[in-house]
Amino acid sequence: MSAPSLPPSESFKLSMLLSDTRYRGMSLQVITFIVFMAVFFWLVDNTIKNLALLDKDVSFNFLWLRAGYDINQRLIPYTSDSTHGMAALVGILNTLLVAFIGCIIATVLGLFVGILRLSKNWIVAKLMSAYIEGFRNVPVLLWIVMVFALLTEFTPAPRAFKGAEPEATMLFFDSVAITNRGTYFPAPVLAEGAYWLLLCFGFSIVASIYFIRYANKKKKDTGKSLPKFWVSSVMIVFPTLILFFAMGQPVSLEYPYLKGFNFKDGIHLRNSFLALTLALAFYTSAFIAEIVRAGIMAVSRGQSEAAASLGLRPNKIMSLIILPQALRIIVPPLISNYLNLTKNSSLAIAVGYMDVRGTLGGITLNQTGRELESMLLLMGFYLAVSLLISSFINYFNRSFQIVVR
Amino acid sequence: MKKLFFGVLAALTFAAGGAFAGTLDDVKARGNLLCGVSTGAPGFATVDDSGKDVGFDVDYCRALAAAIFGDPMAVKFVGLTSAVRFTALAAGEVDILARNTTWTYSRDTDLKQTFLGVNYYDGQGFMVKKELGVKSTTELDGATVCIQVGTTTELNLADYFKENGMSYEPVPTADNAESQQQYLAGACDTYTTDASALHGTRVNLENPDDHLVLPEIISKEPLGPLVRHGDDNWADIGRWVLNALVIAEEKGITKANIDSWKDTKDAEIHRLLGTGDDDILAMVGLPKNAMYNAIKAGGNYGEIFENNLGATSGINIERGVNASWTKGGILYSPPFR
Repeated sequence: MSAPSLPPSESFKLSMLLSDTRYRGMSLQVITFIVFMAVFFWLVDNTIKNLALLDKDVSFNFLWLRAGYDINQRLIPYTSDSTHGMAALVGILNTLLVAFIGCIIATVLGLFVGILRLSKNWIVAKLMSAYIEGFRNVPVLLWIVMVFALLTEFTPAPRAFKGAEPEATMLFFDSVAITNRGTYFPAPVLAEGAYWLLLCFGFSIVASIYFIRYANKKKKDTGKSLPKFWVSSVMIVFPTLILFFAMGQPVSLEYPYLKGFNFKDGIHLRNSFLALTLALAFYTSAFIAEIVRAGIMAVSRGQSEAAASLGLRPNKIMSLIILPQALRIIVPPLISNYLNLTKNSSLAIAVGYMDVRGTLGGITLNQTGRELESMLLLMGFYLAVSLLISSFINYFNRSFQIVVR
Repeated sequence: MKKLFFGVLAALTFAAGGAFAGTLDDVKARGNLLCGVSTGAPGFATVDDSGKDVGFDVDYCRALAAAIFGDPMAVKFVGLTSAVRFTALAAGEVDILARNTTWTYSRDTDLKQTFLGVNYYDGQGFMVKKELGVKSTTELDGATVCIQVGTTTELNLADYFKENGMSYEPVPTADNAESQQQYLAGACDTYTTDASALHGTRVNLENPDDHLVLPEIISKEPLGPLVRHGDDNWADIGRWVLNALVIAEEKGITKANIDSWKDTKDAEIHRLLGTGDDDILAMVGLPKNAMYNAIKAGGNYGEIFENNLGATSGINIERGVNASWTKGGILYSPPFR
């Protein structure tokens, strides 16, 4: 009896790279990789050659040169004597401010509108539909310009507040001035001892968080529920309030007042900032509302019916049964909307808001002529911020997912 | 196969690499001149009621097109905001930039541009509403100022307020139209840019008399056309078309009388109009009668000034330093020989 003969071993031929399924996959990948690298190399090479032809080099030294221009909204100290790098940083902070505030407003609005669109009340549901369709289907640039135009055209100039019988007056006991250059709020001024107050406030918040955890645990163990909201609010407000009066009111308010051409002091929210933030928030909230609606509708109807048969009230059903399940569906697409809002904030130049596109990618680029470098830095910045936001929310998302036992 | 691929690659790279060498040849091959102008600066570059581009900078480009093609209409105007103009020029989107651009050291050197001369000596001014009661820029402490981004005026403004110990709040805008709108809406107290543009803007407002251009001029703003570094022949053509317009005014050659100089004894006029024997314009690759066509297109420098900025235009800017040196100004062209 002879041993089973092995199939005759074929000698390797070059054509087998494409004809043989064992090698084809690998060889196609190698070819794709080579083509990709060749195109990439060509682009880089071409850029370098063209720059050389224009007698230009690639250098980031301009970031350490004097900027020479002023920026109206600064979250950190900056003057025209600061460097282009500082100007870029001022812009970056302005971008992050709009993105942060915009995302918060968009989320809150989106949640409300999304839930209300499912309301059984016909008028409420239709109003919310109109809101969503109106904001979602018009380009965000138009909304930004529109909100800005409303803010500047229909509000009084600071001069209107002048004189014995002014055309315009300040609101809320002369504390808030709405003008065509922005809205002025009273600013808190911290006197000596105010830091103890902040410390006390911080401790109160931490304590109330522990209380809520304790209440949740107790409810889980015994089924008894404590008045979480009331107790924690009292815990946060009262100690600080008592300390505030005990220390002789170390925090006072600085009211805006009219001096010369403009209002002085107080917190100045410029119309460019308001218009950009509000328009982006409204626009994005329409998308978030649809995501929320989809998330809620994806929770099986049996869930709410079962909850109702247990005797839970409608808002309890929403907050205890439906939203926790809907969140699993809502959160992942929410990320892309946050990213969109952040990236759309680069439309700021339309209303003269000095974000990073306006400083680094606008004035600095123009004054130094470093287009390539500025654009690379800008792309790097938006990429980094987007990746940070998505990894941050992905981290939270994991805690919402069903834990399989 | 491999050879072909790398051959194509090399060809593409070189083709893209050589795009900026002979601008004149490119322009001739295309059949028209691409001229970068302002998106709307009254007197310098606007569109009239019939949809035709008009203005001081526009007329310069028409003269250049006439010099190259013999046809002042063989030019396509590309509206550029102050922020994108240099990028557009560097990237080859336009052949020449005539967009009331200030000639500065860093633009000349670091931005790799070649300025062809000065076609308008300007300075930065401020416009305010008369009802504000402001008579001088020194009274502007604390004012909100509308300003176009990416301009020299932005830097002058920062320097001027700092020197005088005054504070201000800048409101950045993209172009003249937006600045004007913000200024009228009262979102800023004053609008600052080149004085010529302020005068041009003011006469086009609904009630020009309600607005005042303050007397102070806080900077030197020599405006002129410019091209990319690296093509000196193209720069020479642009420079000498501008000089030809200035010389024409000096010699009294106008659009109307340009044909009556055939018998003049002035050799420079013969060289300029191509009516003599020697053909010096061949040196830069232009036809013999190129400058004749350029002057014929919109008249000499003085006529272009009058039609777009002077009394005829309604903007009423005085010639001032922009008069020919023979009339007390500082316009002085090198000799055409």
